[in-house]
Amino acid sequence: MTALTRPIRRLLGRGDPLVEAPRVPPAEPIPESAAADQATGSIALDIAESDPLLAYLQSAPGPVDVAKLELDSPAVTALREAGVALVVPLVSQGELIGTLNLGPRLSEQDYSTDDRRLLATLAAQAAPAIRVAQLVREQAHEAAEREKVDQEMRVATLIQQQFLPRELPNLPHWQIAAYYGPARAVGGDFYDFIEMPGGRIGIAVGDVTDKGVPAALVMARTHSILRAEASRTDSPGEILARANELLVPEMPARMFVTCLFAILDPRTGRIVLANAGHNLPYVRTDDGVVELRATGMPLGLISDSHYNETEGVIAPGSNVLLYSDGLVEAHDPGQQMFGFPRLREAMTIDDAGSELLDRLLEDLRTFTGPDWEQEDDITLVTLRRASGVSEPAVEAASLTTGFSIPGEQGNERLAMDRVGAAVADLGIAPARLERLKTAVSEATMNAIEYGSQGRADVPVDVEIEATPDAVIVRITDRALSGAVPDDAETPDIDLKLAGAQKARGWGLFLIKNMVDSMDVTSDGSTQTVTLTMARKEPTDG
Amino acid sequence: MDERQFGAEVTEIPDEVRMRLSGDLNAKADETLAAAYERVTELGPRRVSLDFGRVGYINSTGIALVVRLLAEARRDGRAVRAIGLTEHYREIFRITRLSDFMEIVEGDAA
Repeated sequence: MTALTRPIRRLLGRGDPLVEAPRVPPAEPIPESAAADQATGSIALDIAESDPLLAYLQSAPGPVDVAKLELDSPAVTALREAGVALVVPLVSQGELIGTLNLGPRLSEQDYSTDDRRLLATLAAQAAPAIRVAQLVREQAHEAAEREKVDQEMRVATLIQQQFLPRELPNLPHWQIAAYYGPARAVGGDFYDFIEMPGGRIGIAVGDVTDKGVPAALVMARTHSILRAEASRTDSPGEILARANELLVPEMPARMFVTCLFAILDPRTGRIVLANAGHNLPYVRTDDGVVELRATGMPLGLISDSHYNETEGVIAPGSNVLLYSDGLVEAHDPGQQMFGFPRLREAMTIDDAGSELLDRLLEDLRTFTGPDWEQEDDITLVTLRRASGVSEPAVEAASLTTGFSIPGEQGNERLAMDRVGAAVADLGIAPARLERLKTAVSEATMNAIEYGSQGRADVPVDVEIEATPDAVIVRITDRALSGAVPDDAETPDIDLKLAGAQKARGWGLFLIKNMVDSMDVTSDGSTQTVTLTMARKEPTDG
Repeated sequence: MDERQFGAEVTEIPDEVRMRLSGDLNAKADETLAAAYERVTELGPRRVSLDFGRVGYINSTGIALVVRLLAEARRDGRAVRAIGLTEHYREIFRITRLSDFMEIVEGDAA
């Protein structure tokens, strides 16, 4: 006997007329029947969905003589070519699930009525058993699919966990805690602590759109890029800008990364941060809860994105919370979102470290109810500066930060004030600070007038570096008018009052008199004026 | 700090005309300062006092405006003095030698 079965249910369901039929071992040979293919004991035959044989067999009362079939059917032709004489439909619960195909009798006699009755009985008994076997096979297949998905999730989780910090930084006078809770379909959340020069700590919190292995891989890549870039510069804005440039060309379609990068000086509490579309951190102070606001495009979307930096000081007793969407976008059974106001309110209580995280997660559980299935990864990072810590000696503090301003007249005032604020805590004598500010203002004015030609769309970059000994401010313009002319003419008040020299022309003269040194460098496309001022009065103290 | 608009208020007091300056003394102050000095010339005092008490910021263009005003005053035979300058701007007036040509009064002068 040959047995031919085909997964008709699956085949019809998938609309695929040429799925290869699975081969089932031949049933116990029927006496006197001949195998069409004795070598293999079975043949495989695909029957197209549109083949009229299917409808015929579906309603056939019993075994069908292939020779007597008058159907325009490729399957019938194939059966004849395979030497099949008799086809016994296998019908279970009204559904054709396969056929028994028999070759001619060895005696070369036609199949008798008894043979046919026996075969019909056999088919009636075999069909349900075969159907059960098919169902088992389908279920095994589905289980394998589920296992594949679970396996993918395990891989994603593994990747994810591989890149989470194994331990938290141990900073004197700071209490740091972090929580990462993956959703079942693991998202692309991450956080990282990076040691930086001068005892500072880089803190990254990010979220890759999408889930599973693709998101985990993008997260891993972003994590590595941020680490690499943080070793090259300590400007959070620049770190994000460089990461963006690297991620844009390799980002899969419809994916991007939101990321907040902060650099904390644990000794002074000064925090500088830049943001690529991530949630704004909350800071709880004695005066209430505030946001540290910085904006920028998510990473991997648009080339040449710029990331402004924001600075602040985490005062003793204050608490910072960085967090991903998973918490604020969690829904309660009524589909209400947890939301920012609720989180902000939760931050008003003065908890620290893991106590704060535990309380936030408890608030979340209360909000969502017990049957909640976590929708997205949840990442929480909190830093609290111990209260009652005296301000550290500024001699030890160092800082590098920067920002850009539009190259528009009047913005020199903005640059001056921002530099003033950035170095305010470095212990520079007020008179020297005023001099530095004037020099910054004048150098920025030149950069705006010559470098940007007063165009708001041509920025001027200001970088501030504080070493233990000096403050260095670098003002870089786009050199649209070439180099800033060094005053060929030293301003002379006598000549000016006599009308022999124009009234203007004090800029470079002032700069040179305000700071300890001024250097100008140019690379053709940019010009940088570097102003250096010792933090301690060298002569006139 | 935001940029603050420049203002110049001219008042006559015994023996002089006082110009009360306020805001940022930069390129944008040009016309206001020129108009104020014109008013001073109309009043024709022997001395004009520039009160910088409410000026928070002076840049090099502002210095140039002061130089221009000083030149005009000298042509007019009029003495100029500066009052209410912060220590920082007194230093700048010294460095630029503006202080050689105008009296610098420390604190709030009468």
